[in-house]
Amino acid sequence: MHVVLSVVVGALYAAGIYMMLRRSMVKLLIGLSLLGHAANLLLFTAASPQHGPPPIVPHGAQAPPTGVADPVPQALVLTAIVIGFGVVAFAIALVHRAHQTLRTDDPDQLRSTDR
Amino acid sequence: MSAIVALPLVWPLCAAVGAFLAFRTPRAQAVISIASSVALVVTAFVLLAHVRAEGILVTQVGSWPAPYGVSLVADRLSATMVCITSVLGLAVAIYSIDGVSHRRRAFGFHPLLQLVIAGVCGAFLTGDLFNLFVWIEVQLTASFVLLALGGERAQLEGAIKYVTLNLVSSALMLAAIGLLYGLCGTLSFADMAVRLERASPSGAIGAAALLLFAAFGIKAAIFPFFFWLPASYHTPPAAVSALFSGLLTKVGVYAMARVFVGVYGGQLAVLRDVLLVVAALTMVTGVLGAAAQNDVRRILSFHVVSQIGYMVMGIALGTVLGVGGAIYFVLHNIAAKSALFLVAGVIEREQGTGDLSRLGGLARTRPGLAMSFLVPALSLAGIPPLAGFVGKLLLVRAGLDARAWLLVATALVVSLLTLYSMAKIWIGAFWSPAPEAPVLASPRRAPATMHLGLGAMVLVTILLSVLAEPAVALSLGGAEQLLDRDAFVDAVLGTRAEVPSP
Repeated sequence: MHVVLSVVVGALYAAGIYMMLRRSMVKLLIGLSLLGHAANLLLFTAASPQHGPPPIVPHGAQAPPTGVADPVPQALVLTAIVIGFGVVAFAIALVHRAHQTLRTDDPDQLRSTDR
Repeated sequence: MSAIVALPLVWPLCAAVGAFLAFRTPRAQAVISIASSVALVVTAFVLLAHVRAEGILVTQVGSWPAPYGVSLVADRLSATMVCITSVLGLAVAIYSIDGVSHRRRAFGFHPLLQLVIAGVCGAFLTGDLFNLFVWIEVQLTASFVLLALGGERAQLEGAIKYVTLNLVSSALMLAAIGLLYGLCGTLSFADMAVRLERASPSGAIGAAALLLFAAFGIKAAIFPFFFWLPASYHTPPAAVSALFSGLLTKVGVYAMARVFVGVYGGQLAVLRDVLLVVAALTMVTGVLGAAAQNDVRRILSFHVVSQIGYMVMGIALGTVLGVGGAIYFVLHNIAAKSALFLVAGVIEREQGTGDLSRLGGLARTRPGLAMSFLVPALSLAGIPPLAGFVGKLLLVRAGLDARAWLLVATALVVSLLTLYSMAKIWIGAFWSPAPEAPVLASPRRAPATMHLGLGAMVLVTILLSVLAEPAVALSLGGAEQLLDRDAFVDAVLGTRAEVPSP
């Protein structure tokens, strides 16, 4: 399972960076979103050393059985997904507004602030 | 009494919510914003006094014991940073009463300002890496909106670059968090410090450190990650430029200090050399970029980058003198840099432009404004007896102790070039004869509140110079505390209830 997830993380990073390097702001957004997913999945994969049952303590026991899943990475990923969703939503609105104002989708045309 | 650690987060967050509820009445928003800023200043200084008296203060949110719960930790470094943040927040809030256009204020300028301050305070006070990420995101999202608020062409262009680069930085930070959690099984700074000390050096630890270096580097705008900053910082209103230049990059610097000095400690031999080289390159590229500009705020934007180099230099040296020098330098830089941006805002308001070729003669017509520019400008260039000189002296001494000759030489040459830039603004805007064709036929007068906010930051610059001795002692104390990992671990993980301050 880890191997599969690792390959998926790599593919997502590659696709995200490839999309960000293309000359279009809409594709830039798609790239940013893929990059966010890649980071979330990496967090989940790297931080969960084992897959197991949920960490619930059986009746009468003092501790959950060995081999349970660690809930913390899932909580972290959940938080990161929510933050990522909000930020990407803002970025989409920004690009939409920029397209209205600047009349272009090409990031290479954004030169007025660099001169 | 440790509940006071959470208060600096409570004020701005409540103010942001309250001001959003008063969305239809911009005046009420400004009142709420300023009241909260005043409360934050008082809280911050009380917190600093407590930390100096009692050592590191820790609050375990929800009473979950560390390292399982969320800790808020205030040591001298955090408390000092919260203090200077609160002062800048108040100055910017006052300056914005009339210094920001009515339309921007009608669309929630003040609540966004408070959210940025809340995020920055949270980043300074948090005790674990993931919450550092969360607070940085809070601060970042609010700053995205502040940067784009107004929707001018240049603003949108700057915002797209700023948003893109900062989102990449956040993704890198998340990746590093994942790797570190996989390695240590914890994200609390104190717990990580303990486990990394025991861990044998491995590629994964180094990889996580380099990812964090890139993430914090983008946020702090160090070489080669700084191009978003000069592209965006001169586009919003001057009040926003001042706030950003004062706080946002410094959060990146603080994160580097906290994680690389306070957590990684001895695990970072490789990164130290990288940081030293990057510090030198940051100083040089920033100052050379500034030399090529001809607009007040663009020159200042490049200097933000250049000055970050000095702070990274101190952190990379990693001695008490180096880190303490960096802390003092950050304090001075927040005051001086934001004061200069506020001066630029007053000039733009009064003359209608910040372009040096269309300005002139302000030293004769506006002597007070000229002095407000001269003090922070000379301080930034490091002219004695001002605070910038003291900060550079500490850093240069730390560099000489570490035998980093080339770095020290770079720092000194860049100081000269900084003076050249400041002289360029001084001559272009204040000293030269009045322009043939001014942009505005009759210059406006900036409102008193703008001068009040500006005066506050100039005063902080002067105070840091006059009270250099206690301020330096505070900074060096902060550095000692940051380098004393055992005391930090004891305070947070609670092996001993109270740790006397060293």
